[in-house]
Amino acid sequence: MENLSLNDPPPGSFDQAPQQPPVPLLPPQMFTTAAQLLDLTDKKLMVALRDGKKLIGVLRSWDQFGNLVLQGTVERMYVQNLFADVPRGVFLIRGENVLLLGEIDLDREDDIPKGFQEAPADHVFQLLKKEKEAKKEKDKTRHARLRALGFEGEQGVEGL
Amino acid sequence: MLFFSFFKTLVDHSVTVELKNDISIRGTLKSVDQYLNIKLDDISVVDDLHYPHLSSVKNVFIRGSVVRYVHLPAGSVDTALLEDASRREAQQVTAKAKQ
Repeated sequence: MENLSLNDPPPGSFDQAPQQPPVPLLPPQMFTTAAQLLDLTDKKLMVALRDGKKLIGVLRSWDQFGNLVLQGTVERMYVQNLFADVPRGVFLIRGENVLLLGEIDLDREDDIPKGFQEAPADHVFQLLKKEKEAKKEKDKTRHARLRALGFEGEQGVEGL
Repeated sequence: MLFFSFFKTLVDHSVTVELKNDISIRGTLKSVDQYLNIKLDDISVVDDLHYPHLSSVKNVFIRGSVVRYVHLPAGSVDTALLEDASRREAQQVTAKAKQ
């Protein structure tokens, strides 16, 4: 009795090339930073930065570190139930400051987020400043208490 | 490298990524790279009223360094295989260190 297993080639096919692996492997070049950013090039993106800024612009260039160039950038500020847009022009962002890039659905880009309304930029900026200071104060006491208990908090991510 | 390979096996599965600023984004895992940067498609944000800037976003690229957790579907993780692979990698590391 021959010892056959499922992986043996069928009889009469010994001179054929070895069989393909059962699961087709995805090409490795798909899994690089470059491939991921290439898909987003020349698209309108929302970029969230480490300091809490949200920029909306068209991604024109990038490199392997995730440094980005945005064109036609608008900074959008949200506070309470208000938002404001400030035109900023061209932005070059150092990669380490990026939290997240989101491709904007062009069908929905002009929709105003539920419950929000547009307000003058100065007004929103002042409110945002106040809110940030209050949060900083709160975080400070929180971190001090955590440190007393031996916890070292995560650093450098303020808001999204 | 182990977790890079592991995440590659999870492509096209639905996952939830929790970021270090407490926002949770659910979507289909589309790609991952060596830094564990993650690309998600068809996203929805848990508690989206607090994060209005993501309301018109359909897919995201998340920088690996800001990820706190990735919630995975239990059914698509072969825990035994992962344990084995972890041990093997740990063994390789210690063997290298001894050389």
